[in-house]
Amino acid sequence: MNLTTALARLLLFPGLLFAVPAAWFFMWVERKAVARMQGRIGPPFMQPFYDFVKLLGKQTPQRTGVAGLLMKAWPLIAVSAAAGAVGLLPVLPASGGFEGDLILLLALLELPSMCIIAAGFSSRSIFGEIGSAREAVLSVSYNVVFLLAIVSIAASQHTFRLEALAHLPISPLQIMGVIALLVCLPAKLHLNPFSLPNAEQEIYSGPMTEYAGPELAMWELSHGLEWVAGTGLVATLVAPHLTLGWLSVLLFVALSFAIVMLLSVVAAATARLQIDTTVRFYWRCTLIFAVLAVVSALFMRFRA
Amino acid sequence: MKLWNRLMCYCRRRSPWLFHMNSGSCNGCDIELVASLTPRYDAEQLGVRLEGSPRHADILCITGPVTHNAVEAIKTVYGQVYGPKAVVAIGSCPATTNVFIDSRTLDGPLNRHIPVDVFVPGCPPRPDAILLGVAKAAAILAARGSKPPAIETPPEIVGACSTDCACCESKSKEVQA
Repeated sequence: MNLTTALARLLLFPGLLFAVPAAWFFMWVERKAVARMQGRIGPPFMQPFYDFVKLLGKQTPQRTGVAGLLMKAWPLIAVSAAAGAVGLLPVLPASGGFEGDLILLLALLELPSMCIIAAGFSSRSIFGEIGSAREAVLSVSYNVVFLLAIVSIAASQHTFRLEALAHLPISPLQIMGVIALLVCLPAKLHLNPFSLPNAEQEIYSGPMTEYAGPELAMWELSHGLEWVAGTGLVATLVAPHLTLGWLSVLLFVALSFAIVMLLSVVAAATARLQIDTTVRFYWRCTLIFAVLAVVSALFMRFRA
Repeated sequence: MKLWNRLMCYCRRRSPWLFHMNSGSCNGCDIELVASLTPRYDAEQLGVRLEGSPRHADILCITGPVTHNAVEAIKTVYGQVYGPKAVVAIGSCPATTNVFIDSRTLDGPLNRHIPVDVFVPGCPPRPDAILLGVAKAAAILAARGSKPPAIETPPEIVGACSTDCACCESKSKEVQA
């Protein structure tokens, strides 16, 4: 057991030191891509950083009581969970130390959206509550598909270890799983056409309506880290196994960038769906797809 | 610490988030504000984001001649915007109550109720004048920091009417004086 390696992975690469600038970069890429698709020039390169620093310098509302404490805690929990999820990604080849498994990664990926739901309800704002209810309904529907996609990949290999899963040869089953993951990512990142929880033309900012200043900065950061974790998960599953450390890092960044571009283009090209259409989409279309993937994975394993 | 303050000042100038409020406007200025976000004018280049919640905003953009019903709402929303903050009055109405002057349904102009930093006169003002006003407000915001706005400082007046009407220009001068 190597504590320094674990700490280095959490704090340096792919942890905080890499993940925070990457989060700002991906948020900029998303805004810029949407702007270019709409025929605009878009925000300057450092814009997410400017926004973050500015929010840190703003005043925060006085909050009292348990609800106030909870409202302060949710964004911090969300940021640490998202940063932990990024730190677990098996980008570099195994070098001992702490190796989390897939179940821990999924739990950490899920925690920010749980925090968003809780934050909306503890803010006692009507818009926050509607946003949280939408986020809850959305996460119930896409998570089934998300988990089944991951489970199908894991079941075919009979392991939950991230290192083993990251270095799988490409198989049709894995491609199916990755496509199911990609279908879930817009809902996880609140992008069009599934941007229901923070639908700003309908319910202002949803669960974030009551947040201001540094707390809002933490929410922005956790959203960016979710970008890195979500796209990074797909990137590590798709990336071929390379022995050279720096080359695999480069490939990881390039693949994540490609996935961010894909998601942004889809977001710019689509309009928001209604909540019932979204839920129906996930339950009807992709659930069938994900169940097929699990069944074929189990079938493959028993035949082997 | 000094470096941090300079960085904060720089970032405040480059990231103005707007909250738009209508205080009984005819919708003309509201349309022009939205037009300044469209591809033709693209306010996002300045880091502008139109926010849904006043708590997220730095700059409060108010249109309309301030009706009696709107006064309390304006004060509430102004209190909900956390500092440092600035106020931009868009159009001739919040500056002078424009053609509705002496109406018994009005309680304007706007600077009787909250401190206004930038006036953008016009009926309606052009989107580029609104953008200039927002940019000036962002600069004022950055310079001001967390200090409360000093009421004595005369507000900036940006741009001119799209139609060359003499009335609102002279009235804006009255407000300044």
